[in-house]
Amino acid sequence: MNTGTDRVKRGMAEMQKGGVIMDVVNAEQAKIAEEAGAVAVMALERVPSDIRAAGGVARMADPRIVEEVMNAVTIPVMAKARIGHIVEARVLEAMGVDYLDESEVLTPADEEYHLLKSDYTVPFVCGCRDIGEAARRIGEGASMLRTKGEPGTGNIVEAVRHMRKVNAQVRKLVHMSEDEVMTEARNHGAPFEVLMQIRKEGKLPVVNFAAGGIATPADAALMMELGADGVFVGSGIFKSDNPAKFARAIVEATTHYQDYKLIAELSKELGEPMKGLEISKIAPESRMQERGW
Amino acid sequence: MTKIGVLGLQGAVREHVRSIEENGAEAVVVKWPEQLDELDGLILPGGESTTMRRLIDRYSFMEPLRAFGESGRPMFGTCAGLILLAGEVVGYAEPHLGLMNIAVERNSFGRQKESFEADLMIKDVADDYNAVFIRAPHIVSAGEGTEVLAECDGRIVAARDRHYLGCSFHPELTDDHRITGYFIGMAEQAKASLANS
Repeated sequence: MNTGTDRVKRGMAEMQKGGVIMDVVNAEQAKIAEEAGAVAVMALERVPSDIRAAGGVARMADPRIVEEVMNAVTIPVMAKARIGHIVEARVLEAMGVDYLDESEVLTPADEEYHLLKSDYTVPFVCGCRDIGEAARRIGEGASMLRTKGEPGTGNIVEAVRHMRKVNAQVRKLVHMSEDEVMTEARNHGAPFEVLMQIRKEGKLPVVNFAAGGIATPADAALMMELGADGVFVGSGIFKSDNPAKFARAIVEATTHYQDYKLIAELSKELGEPMKGLEISKIAPESRMQERGW
Repeated sequence: MTKIGVLGLQGAVREHVRSIEENGAEAVVVKWPEQLDELDGLILPGGESTTMRRLIDRYSFMEPLRAFGESGRPMFGTCAGLILLAGEVVGYAEPHLGLMNIAVERNSFGRQKESFEADLMIKDVADDYNAVFIRAPHIVSAGEGTEVLAECDGRIVAARDRHYLGCSFHPELTDDHRITGYFIGMAEQAKASLANS
């Protein structure tokens, strides 16, 4: 019996496809998420919009919170470690967390090096904005990708940009002749072998979810339409007026993302969504997507 | 051509479709109950069983799925799909579909870090099958008439009860399409005998 193989780690993400992964900060929220049909929960100390508002250094959640969430639900539990923070990642792995997010939502611990994720038994998800970043993270051993988007803003524009960009670059790569791939690798700072694999298979070798700014059922459906394998919803759900209803609506809109009448029904009277932030109003140095490389 | 549906509410739907097509059958992604009518067999894929159950309830799939099984048309559950099919889920008062004469236990090998690959012998299917187990359930007991097809570490991981087939691993995650082929064989036989009855 072999544990921690690529197939087992990537396969876990495959099982999440077509689903919604929800940020939660306590056991009660985790239960609401599970009841609404979330495929997994992300256990956090604060949701991204609160992290943004609080400022200061954002770190791994208190293990007590992660533990409470793990005890509260039977669906998989994910947790975030700071970029490059080997010990936070090892601690969460030792606790038995099902998936780690090496996340730009937290303050990076290392501005030069990401984690060598192939070293871990626990699988990792990482953010990406383009094929270069996607391929670098895969090269380090990430088993799942997500768009970076701009977390905690309730503004979908960055997630759309990142999903479209990665998919367009994959399409371009697939149609390239083999002797052009090395130059493409150089231009994107991407590992050549990973690009060759993407070219051969016609798609990324791991699942790619949408994340960062999804605030409504229509936003979730839009990301599915653009080719996301599933969605992460951070601040959107538990910052809304009726989290249980909102969570159910997001789940259904993700499943039936091309059923527009249904999405209209789901979107009725959901109450005020989170207020949202215009990206140009966020100073470049405060943009979470610029963290990591 | 034999038409096999894959319940497409959540999970590894696309991979099952590929595996069905590799076996030369036609695949249909099932998102609504009325699509069940045209099928010769149905696969309940891997994914999150609690999520699938919520969506089954939400879109009134429960009775149509039970009726599908009771019509004699084969069903194949992998991992979460096995949990949906089982007659008993350990620790829960009620099963989901409750069609297959087995009891299963969820996440019985542990959390994700305990997920694994192993080589299995699957009766009537393969002597050398590389199986991928992800937060997998296992079959705690097989009821009367249920045939055990594979075991791993002393636990039952694949079984067949009449026209119901279930396994705790994920055939859709590998390029080995033999167990899907076995299921399509079951669907073809059922189709022939239902046509004659």
